[in-house]
Amino acid sequence: MFYRECGQFKSGYAADQAIFPILQDKIAMGVLLAVAFIVVPLVATEYWLGSILIPFLILSLAAIGLNILTGYAGQLSLGSAAFMAVGAFAAYNFALRLPMLPLVVDFILAGVVAAAVGILFGLPSLRIKGFYLAVATLAAQFFITWGLTRFGWFSNNSASGVITAPRIMMFGYELTSASSRYLLTLSIVAVFALLAKNMVRSQIGRAWMAIRDMDIAAEVIGIKMLQTKLLAFAVSSFYCGVAGALWAFLYLGTVDAQAFDLNRSFEILFMIIIGGVGSILGSFLGAAFIVLLPIFLNVVAGLFGSSLHADTASHFEVMIFGALIIFFLIVEPHGLARLWQITKEKLRLWPFPH
Amino acid sequence: MKNNLLISAIAGILSVGSVVSNAAEEQFVPIPIYRTGPYAAGGAAVFGGFMDYMAMLNARDGGINGVKLTWEECETAYKPDRGIECYERMKDHPPTGAAMFNFLNTPMTYAAMERTDKDKIPIVSIGYGRADSADGRVFPYVFPLATTYWNQTTTKIKFIGAKEGGMDKLKGKKIAHVYHDSGFGKETIPVLEALAKKHGFTVQHYPVAHPGLEQKAVWLQVRQQAPDWVILRGWGVMNPTALKESKRIGFPTDHIVGVWWSGSEEDVIPAGDAAKGFITAAFHPGGKEFGVIKDVEKFVYEKGNGAVDKKIIGSIYYNRGIIHGILNTEAIRSAQEHFGKKALTGEQVRWGLEHLTIDEAMLKKLGAEGFLSTMKTTCEDHEGSGKVRFQQWDGTKWNSVSDWITPDYELTRPMVEASAMQYAKEKGVTPRDCSKEK
Repeated sequence: MFYRECGQFKSGYAADQAIFPILQDKIAMGVLLAVAFIVVPLVATEYWLGSILIPFLILSLAAIGLNILTGYAGQLSLGSAAFMAVGAFAAYNFALRLPMLPLVVDFILAGVVAAAVGILFGLPSLRIKGFYLAVATLAAQFFITWGLTRFGWFSNNSASGVITAPRIMMFGYELTSASSRYLLTLSIVAVFALLAKNMVRSQIGRAWMAIRDMDIAAEVIGIKMLQTKLLAFAVSSFYCGVAGALWAFLYLGTVDAQAFDLNRSFEILFMIIIGGVGSILGSFLGAAFIVLLPIFLNVVAGLFGSSLHADTASHFEVMIFGALIIFFLIVEPHGLARLWQITKEKLRLWPFPH
Repeated sequence: MKNNLLISAIAGILSVGSVVSNAAEEQFVPIPIYRTGPYAAGGAAVFGGFMDYMAMLNARDGGINGVKLTWEECETAYKPDRGIECYERMKDHPPTGAAMFNFLNTPMTYAAMERTDKDKIPIVSIGYGRADSADGRVFPYVFPLATTYWNQTTTKIKFIGAKEGGMDKLKGKKIAHVYHDSGFGKETIPVLEALAKKHGFTVQHYPVAHPGLEQKAVWLQVRQQAPDWVILRGWGVMNPTALKESKRIGFPTDHIVGVWWSGSEEDVIPAGDAAKGFITAAFHPGGKEFGVIKDVEKFVYEKGNGAVDKKIIGSIYYNRGIIHGILNTEAIRSAQEHFGKKALTGEQVRWGLEHLTIDEAMLKKLGAEGFLSTMKTTCEDHEGSGKVRFQQWDGTKWNSVSDWITPDYELTRPMVEASAMQYAKEKGVTPRDCSKEK
C-alpha cells in the first residue's frame, strides 16, 4: 500500500542507475539521515551517543571494509582487526609527528597506510584461495599485533605499548562532547558508506563480483587478476584502517595493539555473515546485531535484578546470543540484509498478494 | 511479539539512566565484573569478594556511618569497549553517581582514564594499571593503590638480594626476565634495566607470545643463558606452561619469582608438581584466618547470602576482592569525615582516596592485621607507599616467605614523574600544584 512503485517511470539511464530507484526508498533514506544527523544528537543521552552509537558506527565501517573484500571480491580474510590496528597506530603517529595535519587528513593517511599493508598481505591471494587464504591472512593478524607491541617506535616508546589519542580538534574547536564526536563519526561513516555503495555498483565492483563467482571465467573475459584482487585488499584495508583510527581517536581514546586481536577479526567476520555477505546494508545490520544485542541482553538481565542470580545472568547472555545467531542463520543464511529484502518484496504486494 | 520485545528493550535501556531512588542515604559502587571471557575465574572471585565485603559492612554496621552501600553488576567480558559501555551506563547512577570505578583490567583502566577525569569520578586500580598514574599531580582521578607493577618489580630484586645474602651479592648475577609479550608484560623492562645498572646484575628479556602455550624455544634460550634467577611476568595459561617448561630444562622452581598475576591457585594447580616451590609477589596473603574474612563468613554466608561459592573463600583472588572492599570503603569513610556522613559524589570520594591512611591501629580495627600493608596516600603519591610480600606454593597452598618489603621508591619515583610529565605534555595537562590542595 505504502511501498508501491507504480507510476514511477524511469525515463533515462541515470534514473535507472540511481542508488535508490524507488521514490519511497529515497524518502526513507533521507528521513533516516535526517534523524541520524539532527534528531539523534538532540535527544540521545551521552551514554547512547558515546558508548553505543559511536562503536556501532565504527564497527559498521570495519564491516563494510571486510564486506568489500569477502562479500564482493570473495577473498576470505581474518586480518581485519590487524588492519584496524595499523590504522590506529598510523593515525597516532601522524598526529604525533606531524601535528600540523588536520584530523581528517590523519584518518585518511591512516587508511592509506593500512591499504599499503593490506596490499602486502594480499599478495598471497594471487596463489591461494578460500580457507587457505583465510589462514594466510591470519599471519597478518599475528604479525601486525606482534610488530606493534614489539617495536617501541610505533607507540612512541610508551612503556606499556599503549597509544593515547591527542585532543580532537576540528576547525579550531575541540571536540569534547559525545554529540560532536558522534557527528564526526557519523559524517565519516556516511561518506565512506556512500563511496562503498557506488564502488560496488561500478565497473570495479562488477569485476570483484566476477572474481568472486568464478575467477577463471573472470580472467577469460579480460579482468586483470593482480590489480583487481590487490585493489580489493587495498580498499578493504583502507576502510578497516580508518575504522581503527576512529576507534582509537573517537571512541576509546587509549588503546594498545591487543585491543585489535583475533577476536575482533572474528567479530567483524561474524558481523558480515549475520548481516549479509555482499551487502552494504548488511554491514550495518550485522554490526548492530553484534554490538547492540549483548548490551541489550545485559540490560534485560539487569531488569530481572535479584530474581536471577548474577552468575546465571551473565552466562545466559552468552547462551542467548549464541542461540540467536544460530536462529537467524537457519531462518536466513544470507543474513539480515536478505531478510530485509524479502520484507520489501512482500511489502510491494501488501495488502493484496496474488 | 518481536516488536514488543524491541520496544520493551528500548524502554529498558532508556530507563537504566533514569530510575529515581527514594532512599537518599545510599552510596552507589559500580561493579564492572567479568564472569565470562578468558579471565572469568579472576573476575568473578575478586569482584565477588568486593561485593561480599560491602554486604558484610551493610549487615554488620549498617553501611558506612549509616550510609548504606548499594552496587550493581555490569558484565564486561574483559573487553575494553564493553567496559566503557558499563562505565557510561553506571556513572550517573542515583543518588549521587558512581563513587569510583574498579575495572580490574589494565586496558580498560587506560581507556576510561580521560573520561573519568572529565566526569570527576576516581578510578581505583589496586595492583595493576598505569604505573606512572601514581603521580597524583598529573593524574588527579587515578589511584593505583597498594603498589604498581614498577614498584613490585623493585621488591622482587630486593627479595632476590635478600636470598643471595645482601644486595651487594647481586653483582655479576644473571637474571632472566620471561614476560608476556604485551603492554602488561613489557611495562617493567625499563625498571629492570635501571635496577640492573644500579646493582650490577645482568638481565636478559625473553618475550612469550600471547597466550603462551608454546614456550619450548624460550626456555631453551634460558637454559643457554643459565641464569641465577628467573623473573616470570606471566598471565593466564602462560604461568603453568612456563613452570612445566622450566622443570623440563631442570631449572630450580624456587628460583623463579612471579608477578602476582602468576600467584593465584589457578596459576599453579594446572602445573602440578612443577609448581612446587614457585615464589610470587603478593600484596596480601591467602587463607581465611583473618578477622575480616571471619566477619564476612558470619554476616554474609551464614545468612545464606554471598556472591561466590563458599569453597573459594580464602583463595588469593577472593582475598584480593576483600582488599578491594577495604580500600574502597575506607576511602569513602575518609571522605565522609571531611564532607559529612551522607552519600558522596565521585569528586568527594576522590578527596577521600587522596587522604587515605591505613595504619596499624586501623588494620587492627578492620581485622586485617598481616592481611594488608599500611599505606598513606597524598596529593603527590596516589599509590600510598604500599609494601609487598612474597609467597611460595607448597603444592597445596601459598605460604608467606617474607615480611613486608618496601619498594625502591628512590629509583622508581623519578621514573614515575618523568613518565607522567611526558603524558602531561602529550595531553596538554597542567600538573596540579599540591601545595595548594587542601
